[in-house]
Amino acid sequence: MKHNYDVIVIGSGPGGLAAAIAAKENGAQDVLIIERDLELGGILLQCIHNGFGLELFDQDMPGPAYAQHFIEKVKGLGIHTLMDTMVLDITPERKVYAINKDQGYIDLSARAIVLAMGCRERTRAQILLPGARPAGVYTAGTAQRFVNVEGQMPGEKFVILGSGDIGMIMARRLTIEGAKVERVLEIMPYLTGLTRNYVQCLLDYGITLQKQRTVNRIIGNDRVEAIEAVSVDEHWIPIPNSKEIIPCDTLLLSVGLIPENELSKKAGVLLDPVTNGPFVDDRFMTNVPGIFAAGNVVHVYDLVDWVTEAGYVAGKGAAQFAQAEKIKAGEQIQLKTGENIRYVVPHKLEKAHLAEDEVRLQMRAITPIEERVLVTVEDQNGEVIAKKAEAYARPGEILSLSIKPQAYDAVQQATGLMVNVRKR
Amino acid sequence: MAETSEIICVACPKGCALQVKHEGKDVIEVIGAGCRRGKEYAICELQDPRRMVASTVKVKGGLHPLVPVYTREGFPKPLIPQLAQKLREVEVPAPVKINQVVLQNALGTGIDVIASRDMPKVD
Repeated sequence: MKHNYDVIVIGSGPGGLAAAIAAKENGAQDVLIIERDLELGGILLQCIHNGFGLELFDQDMPGPAYAQHFIEKVKGLGIHTLMDTMVLDITPERKVYAINKDQGYIDLSARAIVLAMGCRERTRAQILLPGARPAGVYTAGTAQRFVNVEGQMPGEKFVILGSGDIGMIMARRLTIEGAKVERVLEIMPYLTGLTRNYVQCLLDYGITLQKQRTVNRIIGNDRVEAIEAVSVDEHWIPIPNSKEIIPCDTLLLSVGLIPENELSKKAGVLLDPVTNGPFVDDRFMTNVPGIFAAGNVVHVYDLVDWVTEAGYVAGKGAAQFAQAEKIKAGEQIQLKTGENIRYVVPHKLEKAHLAEDEVRLQMRAITPIEERVLVTVEDQNGEVIAKKAEAYARPGEILSLSIKPQAYDAVQQATGLMVNVRKR
Repeated sequence: MAETSEIICVACPKGCALQVKHEGKDVIEVIGAGCRRGKEYAICELQDPRRMVASTVKVKGGLHPLVPVYTREGFPKPLIPQLAQKLREVEVPAPVKINQVVLQNALGTGIDVIASRDMPKVD
């Protein structure tokens, strides 16, 4: 398995897929996607409803079909993938540490990284929902995965808190699967999802939406038995005498998404407290050079098409950064220790610097030679690039030698330099 | 007698609020549409409302127990509950290919229900 890549993309949702494709198409040679699930595609695979691709393809596609379009492209371009693999840590030097069942601990490095971890759902704990803590309280996205991918219905009678898109889409989905959605409650005085979803998910199926109303209390010990709903004013203060007990066995929460940036923080990426995503430049590069971010990890988008577009920009930026890194590395040349040399400082030199100045090398011999010696710098073919005669070589005394600007052309063509000290 | 109905276009995520002037089911004028699809939607909504329907069907021997499916085109709205019921009874063998028909001519509408992704076979 390769350990060094031009670009490593973390996550294979729409942002990650687009970033990997753009990186490859813009000249990155080795591109790797790391995905924690068994398949590429991310959350699109559980978004089985239509409405994807209208902006980019002028087509109304379901999520899995939209994902598959990009997955096929990724496969066609020869992009490497590591599936069922969890990234544990990223460093500012662009090391990536990951783990999976087959290879165990994996140690990778990249010239550029694209963070594409997407976002997480806000949970019950984050909205401080009072009441008992029985089974039957799920985030809408978790329920979506159960119903659409795993084939398990999480309940029969539902109340959904939050009029976000996922909540409304799940209301329709559960109805289609034969469940009863008793109510959708929204604490705000307005719909928080798209109007279109209100029409085709709630109105079409006769599901009631109540605004400025929330869950006051969850009732039930082992399993949800009911929720107590209450009206609130504009400061979310409960209004007296507005309570209603709604019997149900499951409460779904669709109360917002937060960019997922635990890994970003480890890499020293600074986050905007408003978006909860990294501060980025016009190519979606974060404050850490070479670390880019694409999609919902930056801020939560309304449309997947826009996530794809952001992924393209970030992927292209990452490819360009990786290529610049490569050129920089190519311009530097290692100074290796050859015959009877313990060490040499500097360890490498930037070829371009020789155009103006001489470069002074300092080194120590390994064993003493008590007669006339020649110190040489030779290229990979043994051609002498610089030399200096000395009366002797002793480990206790530093030897020094300069490479002159006259050697500029020879150094340009060299792929490695070796320093030696020998008897004359 | 011409009357005006307010409907929200669901053709795209914009969700334009349309004011539809109509006489019975005959549309006279549509105001508020952001593109040509708005008028088409308004006419369809009055005369023969349709929706894209997405669901899942069971798969035998697949990577997952279900494969997502959708109607190739908008499906008559009144028949959606019946279609949902029908799809719960369908089972297809893995592997499934994207766009593969899983239910032909659903409920006699002439509309096929197709898979929205590949579902590989797993032993």
